[in-house]
This record gives sequence, structure tokens and C-alpha cells, in this order.
Amino acid sequence: MTPQEERPVAPATGEGAPHSRREAKDAARQDEVRLENAVETAGGELPPPAVPATAAGLGAGPGPDSTLMQRIMTGNALVAFLSVVLSLILGGLLIAVTDQNVARASSYFFSRPQDTLAAAWTAASSAYLALFQGSVLNFQGESFTRVIYPLTQTLTVATPLICAGLGVALAFRAGLFNIGAQGQILIGATFAGWVGFTLHLPVGIHLLLVILAGMVGGAVWAGLVGLLKARTGAHEVILTIMFNYIATNLVLYFLSTPAFQRPGSTNPISPQLDATALYPPLLGPAFRLHWGFVVAVLATVFVWWLLNRSTVGFELRAVGANPSAARTAGVNVSRGYILAMAIAGALAGLAGVAQVSGTEKVLTSGVAASFGFDAITVALLGRSSPWGTFAAGILFGAFRAGGVAMQASTGTSIDIVLVVQSLIVLFIAAPPLVRALFRLPAPGASRAGKGGSTTRTPASTGAAA
Amino acid sequence: MKNSLRKFSRGTGLSAAVLGVSALVLAGCGAPPAEDSSGGGAEADSDYLGCIVSDSGGFDDRSFNQSSYEGLKKAETDLGIKINQAESQAETDFGPNVDQMVQAGCNLTVTVGFLLADTTKSAAEANPDANFAIVDDNSITLDNVKPIIYDTAQAAFLAGYTAAATSETGKVATYGGINIPTVTIFMDGFAEGVAYFNEETGGDVQLLGWDKESQNGTFVGNFEDAAAGKTNTQNFINEGADIIMPVAGPVGSGTLDAVIEANGAGKDVKAIWVDSDGYETAGKGEEFILTSVMKLMGDAVEDVISTDVEGNFDNTPYVGTLENGGVALAPFHDQEANVPADLQTKLDELKEQIIAGEITVDSAASPK
Repeated sequence: MTPQEERPVAPATGEGAPHSRREAKDAARQDEVRLENAVETAGGELPPPAVPATAAGLGAGPGPDSTLMQRIMTGNALVAFLSVVLSLILGGLLIAVTDQNVARASSYFFSRPQDTLAAAWTAASSAYLALFQGSVLNFQGESFTRVIYPLTQTLTVATPLICAGLGVALAFRAGLFNIGAQGQILIGATFAGWVGFTLHLPVGIHLLLVILAGMVGGAVWAGLVGLLKARTGAHEVILTIMFNYIATNLVLYFLSTPAFQRPGSTNPISPQLDATALYPPLLGPAFRLHWGFVVAVLATVFVWWLLNRSTVGFELRAVGANPSAARTAGVNVSRGYILAMAIAGALAGLAGVAQVSGTEKVLTSGVAASFGFDAITVALLGRSSPWGTFAAGILFGAFRAGGVAMQASTGTSIDIVLVVQSLIVLFIAAPPLVRALFRLPAPGASRAGKGGSTTRTPASTGAAA
Repeated sequence: MKNSLRKFSRGTGLSAAVLGVSALVLAGCGAPPAEDSSGGGAEADSDYLGCIVSDSGGFDDRSFNQSSYEGLKKAETDLGIKINQAESQAETDFGPNVDQMVQAGCNLTVTVGFLLADTTKSAAEANPDANFAIVDDNSITLDNVKPIIYDTAQAAFLAGYTAAATSETGKVATYGGINIPTVTIFMDGFAEGVAYFNEETGGDVQLLGWDKESQNGTFVGNFEDAAAGKTNTQNFINEGADIIMPVAGPVGSGTLDAVIEANGAGKDVKAIWVDSDGYETAGKGEEFILTSVMKLMGDAVEDVISTDVEGNFDNTPYVGTLENGGVALAPFHDQEANVPADLQTKLDELKEQIIAGEITVDSAASPK
């Protein structure tokens, strides 16, 4: 099946040579839809898990002839929103079930059921209240600083997630399933960290060099993957997984050498970065939020521009859509792979810089936390679009920041936060499930004759599972 | 597809409801407490709030996070204080977690592991009114930070001596999780104990997996991969070692698996556990655990809290030694029969000599 057969595509208004600016725009949009449809179905060319799930939502937009209500009802944003709601409800049930007070009250459920229900409500609502207070606004804060502190904390945690997520998203768009963000962050952080604590340079130049070193580190690490794929045809999934292992152990090794240790100590922890190598605080020293967040915003703008406004970006997307067709059309596919990976790596390197010169201020083997893997989820949740990734990064940053407060003030296990995060992704990856649960019309259902997507989308999600 | 999905959800909904109801019927038949009871257990009779932040191992690591946490739990029951805990999933959680604890108004926050040192230091500097205690790190000198450290090599020395004295094959082995001081201090002490035995009796017991001179040996590279621990142990057994001491937290359970298998195959191989008494905590293969090198962190944590509750907090490092019982060699339990009485006497003597300073067990990682 070709993409055109299996999915409703908007009327081919811009099919021919574009005459006006508007038509050119339409044509570009059409190309994009087709590219994305093709990405989804590029035969065995692409790994099944993520890409179909991403594009399943992307392509399944309503046709232009549908009403506003239909658009809302079948849109991706609604599914994403309902997924979040649904996972919050399920998470709440889990919190209630695992709560000790609920367990105690449920032992006499039949004598006084309201106790159990009240305990369950208290457990779930107080946990979510804490989650909110830990990630958005803390009404109980003593000062204005403490009230808005959680919000800045969310943005701080979101910074590396956004940077690395953009890298993963960009590679997705070029048809590369980049699972190597973790390794790229680590190597970026190592380069940046080393420049930060070994060289002693004046203010300004030092930080600039640190950022540059981090980007170069990530770019080289990921670029190698692109090079190997382009030259040898090795699959990028296995390459990036292996490069993650290499990076993790390489960093451990570096940290066991005196060059990376504090004088007089053999602990695997680097000296602190010079003050000149750190991102200055964005809102003053009371907050952890640093200028790295601004860099993340700029990176998002850059990726948006690159993908949607530049020739290089168009070539990358063409390579992602169908490498053979792109090659025939005169696009250098090898160059595309290398370039896509290198830029993705540089973005992940920025995440590493955000860690060593933003929040942690030292290099340790755990400096990347699990940001590299969370970044994959963030990119998926953001449907591989720059601003979607940005928003998803902030949502996950909020979960992470709020989870800390939830754990500390209510004793709810931090694992519940992870469960909620995972449920969100699960629901988003399976839009038919959410639609079925909320009795939403499927996209294209109004035009039953072309309703190929209703039968096809579940199949592709099935493959993803 | 959509319809079938709906049917599916209805079907499972029904069976889930049946299951849930029957579970409730079975579980929900107890008698309610009196209406006016607050439902909670014994209420805390003190306003003192003791808190703890784990490192990325979490409170269920069967190692130092867990023992420290148990110390805090014990203080909760014994001293009637309130407690609060934050588990770090990654090193990036340290800062936010410690900050949460300070914001929650903790009187004393216990931070576990040297990786938290920077965070603890800056939090302590910013909050001079709150007290902190940090386990396994001695790098901070501030009025409100009490380091809790251990001269583990002393107890490991006794374990090394025991291993050398009871080994049938003349080969004993040890390996670590990651080459860091808190791990190598065990291995150094163990090596010293073996060397002391050889020197004293003219024996030639070999130690595999650790070279004290070069400070290098066998490491798994993490504290998670129990399968690698099993492979390491099997390698040691194949090389002829019959007593193996893993210093790798949860990885040690791989060693127990290998030891159980080897014994099943007719070999006589034993393990030495670390941190806690493995006979009680390891959960399997207890009969093959010769002894354990214990770091009694729980007691130290409870101690620090109770002095702080009394208002006598000080910042002198707590150093766990054989003398103050902060480190110790666990009882032999099932292996009692394999330890001759004169060895037991000898171990008691050695312990006295170490306490008296007649024998010094030195390790590059020893607290200075």
C-alpha cells in the first residue's frame, strides 16, 4: 500500500507547480503530510516502535472540510490532553490502593465504606496537590520566592529534557531512531565539564567555550553513528545503544583517572566547575533556573527554523520520508544521515552542558540521570515537532520536579510519578484506546468510504507494542 | 476495530468488577475502629523532624541507604520523633530532595553517600539553623554537618583472617562494585587480614580479585548487575577460590547464586557478606555465608539523632570502629562448626589488638 491509498489526504489543490506564494505554502504542507505518511510506512526501512506511533497521530489529522467541532474531537491535542487526564485518574487509583490509610480503612469496608472512600480521596488528592505545589505554584510558600520556586524548578528540570528531546525529534524527522541521547549527553557533559574545571579563562569566553565543547562532544559522538550508518549501513538503533554503553563506561573510566578527580580524593567525582564556566542564574541566586533555559528556547527556535524553513531541513525530512526517493531526487542521503545525527548530538550535548554548568556543577557518572531516555519519550509526546517537544519537555519537567515534593510531603512513592508518565505515553501511543474510552469519533469517520485510517492505525500501534 | 475495542473494554470491565467485588468481600469484613479514633497509630510525641535523603540506590538497596533509613525508622519508634524521607532516583535529584527536606523544616537531615557532599555542603551553608549528617563522607567541615564514616578495614581484616584460616584450597577472593574508597576499604582490610595470616603462620593463602599495592582488582562496574557478580564468582571458583567476598551491594546476590550452585555440584564454597549480617538479610544461601563484615549505620544514625534531640549536636566526625561497635564481624551462625574454637579465640585477640592499636590496619581509604 502506498500512503496515498491508505489514508485520507486533503484534496490535491497544490499538486501541480505552485503559482502563488499561498499555493507554494499549501504545496509545502502537502509535501509534509505525504512525507510524514511515508515515514510511517517506509516498509522495513524503519524500526517499528516509535516512528509509527509518532506519525500515526501526525498524519491522522482531520480533513479541511470537517467542522471545527470535528477537528477538536478528532484532533491530537485532545487525545494528548485526555491521555494526561486518564493517566492521572489511573495514577490516583494506584496512589489510593497503595496508601496505608486506605488499606487500613478497607479492612472494615462493609461496616463503614465511607472511611475507605474518604481515605482514598485524601490520599490521591493530597498527592496530586503536592505534585502541583511542587511543580507550579506553592501556595504555602513563606515568600514570593518560595511561591514561584516550583515553577522555576520545573523549567530547570525541563531544560536538559528539551535540548535532548529536540535532538531525538530531529533525528526522528530524518528517519533515524536515535536512542543514543544518553551517551551524547554524557560525552557532551564530559567535554564541557573538562573545559569547565581544567581551563581557567575570563568570564564570558569560558562559558562560551564550555557550551561549544559540550556541543562538539555530543556532535562527534552522534556524528560517528551517522557516519557508520551512512558508510556501512549499520542500523542506528544498535549503534546508538552500543555508543551509550561505551559512553557510560568511558565516563566511569575518566572519573577514575586523576585528571578528572579532585586533588587528594579518589572518589569518582570531578572538581567543581569554575564560576566563570557556569550558566548565570536567570532569576537571581534564590532560584536554580539558569540561562541554559534560554539556550533551550533558542535551540527550539533553531530546530523549528531548520526543519521548516531551511533547505537542509527539507532534505533531512526528505531523507526521513523515503531515502531512495530522496536519493533519486538528488539529495545526498549519506550527508543527511551524518548531518542529522551530528545536529542531534550537538543538541544532546547542550543538555549535558545544562547539567554540568547549570544544575550539578560537577561531572559524575550519573550526571545525565535518565534524561537521554526520557528525551525519547519527550520527543514522541511532542510528536517530533520542535514546539511539541518543548511543551512535552516542560510537562515532564513538571512531573519530575513535582514528584520530589509529592514524595517528600505525602510519602507517595516517586515510582507512582513514573507510572503516570508511562501511562501518558502509553495512551498517546494508542489513540484508538483513548477514543474508544471517551467515545470520540475517529479521524476520517465522517467520510466512511476513505476510513482506512481507522483500521490501519490500531494495526501500527499493535506493531509498536 | 473500534467496536471490538469497546466490547473488549466492557468485557474486561465486568470481570474486573467481579474480581474487585470478591476481593472486597473477602477483605472488607473486619470490624471498624471506634468512631472517634483518629485512625492513625501511635502519634509522635515530639515536634522534632528527622529526615533522610537517599542516593540513587534507593532505600531498598540492602546496603547503606537501607541501613541508614532503618536507623531513622528506629529513632521514630524509640524517640517518638517525626520522620520524612526522599528517595533519589538519580544524582540530579539530590539538590531538589535536600531542598525539599530543608523546606519541610527538618531539624536534622541525613544524606547518604559521598555523592551528596556538594549538595549537603551548600544546603548547610545556606541554612545554618538546620543540622545535617552525611554518611560515608568526611570532606565537609561546617558547624552544622556531622560526618558519619567507618573504618571498615578493621572488621574486614578479621574477615580476611577468618577466610585465610578456614580456606581449604588456599585461595580466597574478593571483588567490588565500583573502584571507590568506600568499596576498596573492605578489600584492603580483607587483603591485610590474609597477609597477616600468611605472615603469622607461614602460610601461602592467595587473594584473588584485589591487589592492595596497585589498588586495582576485579570490579563489576556498577551496583546492579547481579549476573556479572555470578560470573565473577564462578570464575573465582574455577580458579580454585573457596571463599568469596563481594563488596558490591545487591550484586552480591549473584555470588550467593554461584555459591549455592557450586555447593549443589559438590564443591565446598562459602561467601562473606558485607554491610549487614547476610545471614539475616541476604534472603538466600544463608547456610553458605561464613560471616559478614558489618557497618552498623543504623545505630550511628539513631545515635546522631538522639544527641541532636537532646540538643547536644556536634560536628566531630563519627568514626565507626571495632572499638565503638560501628563496624563488626557478624556471628558465624550455621558455619559455627567450620570455625575451630582456637580460631574464635584468635579473632577475639586480634580484635583486642586492633582496638589497642597494636595492629594497625591501613587502607588508602581509611578515615584520616
